[in-house]
This record gives sequence, C-alpha cells and structure tokens, in this order.
Amino acid sequence: MGLYSFKGGIHPDYHKQETAAKPLEVMTPPNEVVIPMLQHIRVACQPLVAKGDMVKMGQKIGESDAFLSAPVHASVSGQVVAVEPRPHQNGTRVMSVVIQNDFQDTPAERITAKDNFEDMSVEEIRQCIREAGLVGMGGAGFPVHIKLDIPKGKNCDTVIVNGAECEPYLSSDHHSMLNYSDELIDGLRAVMKAVGAEKGIIAVEDNKRDAEQLLCDKTKDIAEIEVALLETKYPQGSEKHIIKTVLGKEVPSGKLPIDVGVVVNNVDTCISICRAIRDGMPPVVRRITVAGGGVKEPKVLEARIGTPFEALVEAAGGVAEEPLKIVAGGPMMGHCQYDLGASVIKTSSGLLLLTEQEIGIFEEGPCLRCGKCVDACPMNLMPMLLSVAGRRKNVEQSVKLHATDCLECGCCTYSCPSHRYLLEGIRMAKQHAVART
Amino acid sequence: MNGQVTSSPHLHSGESVRGIMLDVIFALLPAGVCGVFFFGIRALMVILVSVATCVLCEMLWQWLFKKPISIGDMSAVVTGLLLAYNLPPTLPLWMVAIGAAFAIIIAKQVFGGLGHNFMNPALAGRAFLLAAFAGNMTTWVSASLFGMDAQTTATPLALLKAGNLEEMPELMQLVLGHVGGCIGETSAVLLLLGGLYLMARRVIKIRIPAAFIGTVAVLTFIFGSSGGFGERMQIMGYHLFSGGLFLGAFFMATDYTTTPSTPLGQLLFGIGCGLITTVIRLIGGYPEGVSYSILMMNVAAPLLERHTMPRVYGYARKKPSLRKKGGAETA
Repeated sequence: MGLYSFKGGIHPDYHKQETAAKPLEVMTPPNEVVIPMLQHIRVACQPLVAKGDMVKMGQKIGESDAFLSAPVHASVSGQVVAVEPRPHQNGTRVMSVVIQNDFQDTPAERITAKDNFEDMSVEEIRQCIREAGLVGMGGAGFPVHIKLDIPKGKNCDTVIVNGAECEPYLSSDHHSMLNYSDELIDGLRAVMKAVGAEKGIIAVEDNKRDAEQLLCDKTKDIAEIEVALLETKYPQGSEKHIIKTVLGKEVPSGKLPIDVGVVVNNVDTCISICRAIRDGMPPVVRRITVAGGGVKEPKVLEARIGTPFEALVEAAGGVAEEPLKIVAGGPMMGHCQYDLGASVIKTSSGLLLLTEQEIGIFEEGPCLRCGKCVDACPMNLMPMLLSVAGRRKNVEQSVKLHATDCLECGCCTYSCPSHRYLLEGIRMAKQHAVART
Repeated sequence: MNGQVTSSPHLHSGESVRGIMLDVIFALLPAGVCGVFFFGIRALMVILVSVATCVLCEMLWQWLFKKPISIGDMSAVVTGLLLAYNLPPTLPLWMVAIGAAFAIIIAKQVFGGLGHNFMNPALAGRAFLLAAFAGNMTTWVSASLFGMDAQTTATPLALLKAGNLEEMPELMQLVLGHVGGCIGETSAVLLLLGGLYLMARRVIKIRIPAAFIGTVAVLTFIFGSSGGFGERMQIMGYHLFSGGLFLGAFFMATDYTTTPSTPLGQLLFGIGCGLITTVIRLIGGYPEGVSYSILMMNVAAPLLERHTMPRVYGYARKKPSLRKKGGAETA
C-alpha cells in the first residue's frame, strides 16, 4: 500500500527520537493535584465539591448544563484543600479544585453497570462516554458524546482513529499505540457501534512504523478495521486533512466531518473510551511528552490529570537550560506559558521547554511575495494577503479570502523567509470575518 | 524563568532573505567567472562597479530617508550582479553606474524597497540604459580568452535575425558561452547549473523556468524556420542557448516580488514570457526579447495572481467567489 498524503504542508525537524526511543514512564502521582473546571472547549464546569470534602478517584467534581461541555472528575482520592482560580494552560486563571492526595486511589462508583460495549445499547455507550467526561484528547477538547450523536438525516460510515501525531517533538500518541493497542482497538469498536459505522481506519504516520506494524498484527483478523500508513508531514493530523488523505473526501467549508460520513477520534480518546466502559472509570491519567532542549531527560510520562507542570519537569530530570519559551502542546500549535504554574488537563499532549538555540529570535522583515506560504498552506489559502487584510482591518478582503477556513496550523509563518508574523495577522482576519457573519 | 510568550507557531524553517540571496549569488558566480574568462578584466570591472553602485545607492537612500539600512539582506548585491550580467563588457563604467543607480533608486526604493517594486530592478536598469545609450549598449565584442584580441562582432541572435546562418557559431560554442554577448548571459550550461542549484536549494521552483524555456522551444521549433526537422531543431537550439534566455528564465523571471505567488499564475507567467520573447525575436525590431518579455509580464503579475488563486479546501471546484464581485456574501 502506498503512502497517503495531501497537498501543501511542511517537513520540520521532528525531534521525536529523543522521546520515542525511551519507554513510557508511569509517574508517581503528586501530593497535590490541581484540576481546572475547563478541560474542553467553551464553557467551564461548576465545581460540585467544597473545601474540606473527601473525594474518591473518578468522582465527578465538576458539571455544567451547557450543551458543549463535559464533566470533570477527580484523578486521585483525598481531601479538597482549595476551590479557587488557578493558572490554566490557556494562559488565563480558571476555577480549579485542588485535591490533597491520600495515595489510596480509592475508586468511586463505576459510571456504568456493564463492562462490555457489546452488551450495551448505543444509548448506553453514549451515556457512559458523556458521564466519563470524554473530550477529544488530540488538543481541541471537543466533547466526544456530542461528536458521536449523529444528527438526523446524516449517516456515519467510517470512523478514523487519528494516530498521525504530526506535531514535532510529541510522541505521546506513539507510546499510547505501542502500549495500549488492545484498548485502542476496543475503543474504536465501541465508537463504531455507537455511530453505526461499518468501517474503522487507524491512520498512522510512517515515522511510527513499529506502532503501525503492531496494529496491523492485532487487527489482521478484524475485517472491518484497517490500518493506513500516512506520509510524515505536518499537519497530517488535522482532522480535515486526515479525511482527505485517507478517504479522498473534502469536508465542505464550515461543515463537520460527519457531513461526509466520517467521525475522527484521537488515539488517546479511543483508549479512554475503552477504559470508561471496561473499568467504569473516567480518564484520570494522560500521556504527555515532556521534551525540548531545556529538559534534562526528555520522555513521555503517564501522569495524573491535575499534575502541576513543575512536577512533570522534575520527573523529566529538571531544567537543563533556561528555556526561551515554555509551550503546552506541540511547537506548531501549542500555547506559550508564562511559567510552570499550570497543570495537566485532558487535552495536554506535551510540555516543551524550548531553548533559544532551538527556535531562535527573529525580526520581521518585508514580504517578498515569494509564495512559500501559498505553497505551504494545506488549505490553499493566500496567507500573505490574508495577513495584510487582518492587520489592516479589511473585513471585505478577510471574508473574500476565506479567513475562517484557516486551521491556524502555522505552516505559513514557519516557511516565511522574512519571518513575518503571518498567522497573527490571519487570526485578526478571522475575527473580522467572524464578526461580519 | 521564561523569555518569551508569543502565539503559535514556535518553530521556523530557518530560511532567511539573506540566506536566499546568498544562494542566488552563489548560483550566479560560475556564469560570472566564465564571463570574465571570455571577456577579460573589463568585464570584472563592469560587475564590480555595478554591484558597488547598487549597494551604495541602497545605503544612501535608506540613510537619507532615515530607514533601517538593509544592505545586509544582500538583495542589492543580487541586483548589481544581474544588471552587470545583462550589460556588454565594453560599456563605459560611468554608464554602468548610472544604470545601477536607476535600478536601485527608481525601480526599487521609490516604490518602497525590497518586496514592493513592481518591476525587476536589474531589468529596469538595463532597459533604461538601452534607451539612453543605445549605441554603447549594442556594441559587442567576440569572446576570447581573457579578452585578448577582442574584436567587434554581432551576437548570435543578431546573426540569426539577419538570416546569416553561415556565420553562426557552432551550437557547442553557444552552450559553453564562447560567443559575443552580455557578460553573464553567454554560458548556457553554467547558468543551467546555477538554476539547478537554486532548485535543489528550494529557492526557486521549476514552474517558471520550465514554462518559459519550454514555450520558447515549442514556438521557435514551429515558427523559427520553414525548413525540415533538422533545420528546425538547429534553429530551436540557437534560440534556446543564445541570448539571455537561461539567465532570464532561471534568475530574473523567478524574482519573487515581481512574479505571481500562485502555482498556476507562475506557470502562466512563464508561458507569457516565452511567448513575448519569441514574438520579439522572430517578428519584433530587436534581436533579443528576454528582458522586455519579463518586464511586460512583471506588470501583468498582480492580475495573473488575482485570477489564479488556488481552490480552497472544502469548496467546490467551480466557485465564483473570488472572481465575481460580491461573491463573498454568499460564501
């Protein structure tokens, strides 16, 4: 089978070997976890516990009645010592529940009565996923139960498991696939049942051949599940592009994958779905890559949700060199941090300490109109024109050049020889275009 | 403990304007060395005066208007080199300096400097010189080792235009560059080498040069002569390897600022250049048309770009949104 690919995109230095070659390390739970009430997109949950309460592992501690939300659970058992705003990886302060760990890991009641998806009805699977507070763990944090609720008149024929992990440095999904392949396949089958899809495809980039091989072996007797090998290229893991490369379909502008009959889930999401059903336990751990030139021993850690970033860096040998930037997530789309004050949430895929030598400091120059951004844009936009439109508050032009279709993947800024802040301008253009509609 | 908080992305390819310009300079060197080898020390002086004037003019202008001095990006050096390569080696040095000053000040800085000019500065300088000093600009000497025993001669294209096929140099001489002509345009093989280097370094894409050279090849094969296949091939060879075609196609029609940035636009740009070049060479008044063809297409570049924007992911193929006025509202 040939490699799947798409047009545009970039080939950065991947830096994956530093963490991919080492075994996954299960981190000792910290003394104190800080669990933000916002671990998904949009609306934060309301805390259900107060200072002094005793909580169990997996107990629901935050809930919201907003449509786009997912409940939050305790990742350890112990006592609530504070309910207050704490730093969040998105750069703001968010209401959080701080739990003093009693190291007993006393489990809360199961969230489902049954422990096998084959015995459960579609409604029961979705209910279980909703109760487990599952969100897209690739980074977007879209609540899974909403994704699996297929609107009337639409039909899902294929479920894709996104194992591309195209962001440089990160290899958490890689380790998840290697270590939990059975759970991954089980989770995928549960999703397929929930949405009524006949086909499941696990898509992996070709820089993770060992994972692809393992998954091929495990799925060779399952007729409805396939493994697809993708070209290693950023942003291969973008939902729109993984659909395009694997199925040759394009998601129409402004629509969702379900409009072309596809549901895409991240590797870790599938594993968490399996565990929620089998163990009756919401996600309490998260595999996170701690890497970058500023870290002494880069590695992938399996950490409890709520583990402070500072503890992660310590577990990775501490700070080797003063970093220029601290990034939560991948280096292409991750959020810069002011310090190590935030903590792990369901969508934390990486914590990078990037040194000046690795990423450099640049001054913006004039646009040469070289077109490198046009060639790099996986959405076929005109980044240099959009960026100017955004900066000049040109609403007309922003709409005309399809600002809202930008993925914010950063390929344009990456490839600009003049070091222009293209994506910053395009984000402004997006805002102008959104305000207009 | 951190130094910077910025929005994503946090990685960069490491490419820079200076790096690109240095690559172009490196790719241009072999042809220049060849020019000096064939036309002598005089050619070297033309090159040096042109480059020095370009750099000085850029510096002076930026100092005068209190702009950051940007000669470190090496773009002025590239302009100087390209201008010199497009001049006859016998041109008086003060004329070289005037041409270089025109290229930098009028064609580049007046419009806002790097990235804002609408014409290729080096070609604009050459066009200016050709208009102002037509005699000096069309006096050619034959190539000989280090410019010894140089004598006035006609360029291959002039001979071709006059239908003087007997006096035409061997095709091999044309490929090597052992013929009369501008300093840097004569050695097709070294220019090709430089072009391949630029493509390997991903500084330029093959679209424009291939479309440009391909169009000239096809058109001169069809319309270049009325003879049989052999003669047609010979005439086509003359057209490909003589004059500034390779210099223009690889180094000037690929100038970023003055060409379209869309893939289809670049293809059309190359075809347009080839078309105009052939028309000038075969029916126009001048024997050579490469520089004028590029200048004319430079002016058309924004138009080409506007109408060749790629289809955005997730939109049907026939979407009028970009072309039709007010189409945006329906998007």
